[in-house]
Order: sequence, then structure tokens, then C-alpha cells
Amino acid sequence: MALLDDLLDDEVSASLRADIEEHLGGCEHCFITMNTTRRTIEFYTNRELYPMPEAIRERLQTAILEKCRKC
Amino acid sequence: METIQSAGTEEVHPDVALVERARGGDLQAFETLVKQYDRQVFRIAQHITQNKEDAEDVVQDAFLKAYEKLNQFQGNSKFYTWLVRIAVNESLMRLRKRRTGRMVSIDEDVETEEGSMPRDLADWGPDPEQMYNQSELAEILRKTIQGLPPGFRTVFTLRDVEGLSTDETAEALGLSVPAVKSRLLRARLQLRERLSRYFRKKNGDGVK
Repeated sequence: MALLDDLLDDEVSASLRADIEEHLGGCEHCFITMNTTRRTIEFYTNRELYPMPEAIRERLQTAILEKCRKC
Repeated sequence: METIQSAGTEEVHPDVALVERARGGDLQAFETLVKQYDRQVFRIAQHITQNKEDAEDVVQDAFLKAYEKLNQFQGNSKFYTWLVRIAVNESLMRLRKRRTGRMVSIDEDVETEEGSMPRDLADWGPDPEQMYNQSELAEILRKTIQGLPPGFRTVFTLRDVEGLSTDETAEALGLSVPAVKSRLLRARLQLRERLSRYFRKKNGDGVK
């Protein structure tokens, strides 16, 4: 499993990558795990789940700088 | 995230100059840093605390603490990584308060065996995004990540949501690189398994 993770993070050598990819070609278990894990990461990477509303942003920025001025 | 500084070169991250000016009392320079990173700090805080009001408080407290401690910033790490470390600590403190004083740390629940090996082998439909509308999908993703132990959630948030490198995540959390990798692997597998409940192929067509 750690190898699949390294593959996802592109932290494997070219020869190891080739070995893992060959294994993935014949192992449905690893192929599905790899594929759905990659898609899991993409879901979270590409979506801003907690956008900061502009009104809140401005209020917080003002409050932070006001406090810093008093430091 | 913008990365200019790299080991062995003379290039300096633009934040270094802003920090220098802020140390000298230039509040506008610090304002630039606040505007540059407040959204990220808010996201990280909300992912960890799972509470909007707490996340807002963390944004204020983290920047204020950073300002007060600017002299302690060594410059051998990125300002953003240093700021994230402060924000994570503030977030965990807030989470602890919410849980009426129960200790919360990034080590919490990480000994669980859940997620260390994939159990659910169901493949997903070709396009899970078509199975739900955008707000349903966002709710599923929020609910799913909420279910992770804080230690896994935090590592996943920094590494995969905010895009910090493994080294930066380790530095921000005060963990070793192998510890970050191990937690990240299990966080990813747990999320994958939980998302499979929603996205698994149904009757072979992947449609709701």
C-alpha cells in the first residue's frame, strides 16, 4: 500500500514505477484501490469546501490589523 | 503555493522581505501577508475544528500570534509553513475547548487499524460527480472528512488539500516524515473507503 501511495505522489523511480504499473495491470484489487484513491485526492484538491466569505474576510483583516497596531 | 526559495540557490522567497519590513514596524507589509494567507488559514482551521466560529477565531489568533512572535521566525523555513504550525496549534486548542477540555492532539486515534488496509474493493462509477449535484457532493465530502480522527484529518488537509510538501507538512506539524507518510496513507484510504459508500458502481452503471 505504501508503494501505491508513493506512486500517487510521484515519489518512485522509473524502474519501480514500471514494476508497479505492471502489477496494476494484472491485479484488480490494487488497480481499483489506486484509481479510487487518486480520485479521492482529486475531489478534495479541486474543491474549496470552506470558502471564506468576503464580508468575514474584511472584518477579520480589520480586527487583526487593529490588534497588531496596539501590540 | 508560490515557491521561489530552494536549497542551494540565492533566490529568496518574497515573504522574507515582507517579514523583515513587518518586524521593523511596517504594518502594511504584515497586511500583505494577512491578505495572502488568510483564506488558507481559515480553510485549515475549519477542516481541523469543523466549526466556522472557531475557524474565524483561529484566523485572528494565529495572525496576531505570528505578529507578536515575528522576531522568533528564523527564516530557515517558509513563513507560510511557520504560520500553518501556529494555526494548527490554535485549531487543536479550539477543538479541545469544544470537547470540554478533553485532550486533542495530532496523535489522537492514530493507532487505529482502520484504513491501514483497504477492505471495500468496490469500484466507482465512471463519473461520480454526475450522481450528485454540487451542494450534495460538497456535503458528502465535508461529512466524510469530518469523520477522520483529527491527526489524520490534519495531515490530509495540509498535504492534499493545501498542497504542502511532505517535508513542509512534517515541519508544520512537528512530525517526522515517515509519520506524515503513514498518516497520509491511512487518511487517504479511510476517505476512499468512506466515499465508496456514495460513489460505488450501482448495477454496473454508476448512476443513482
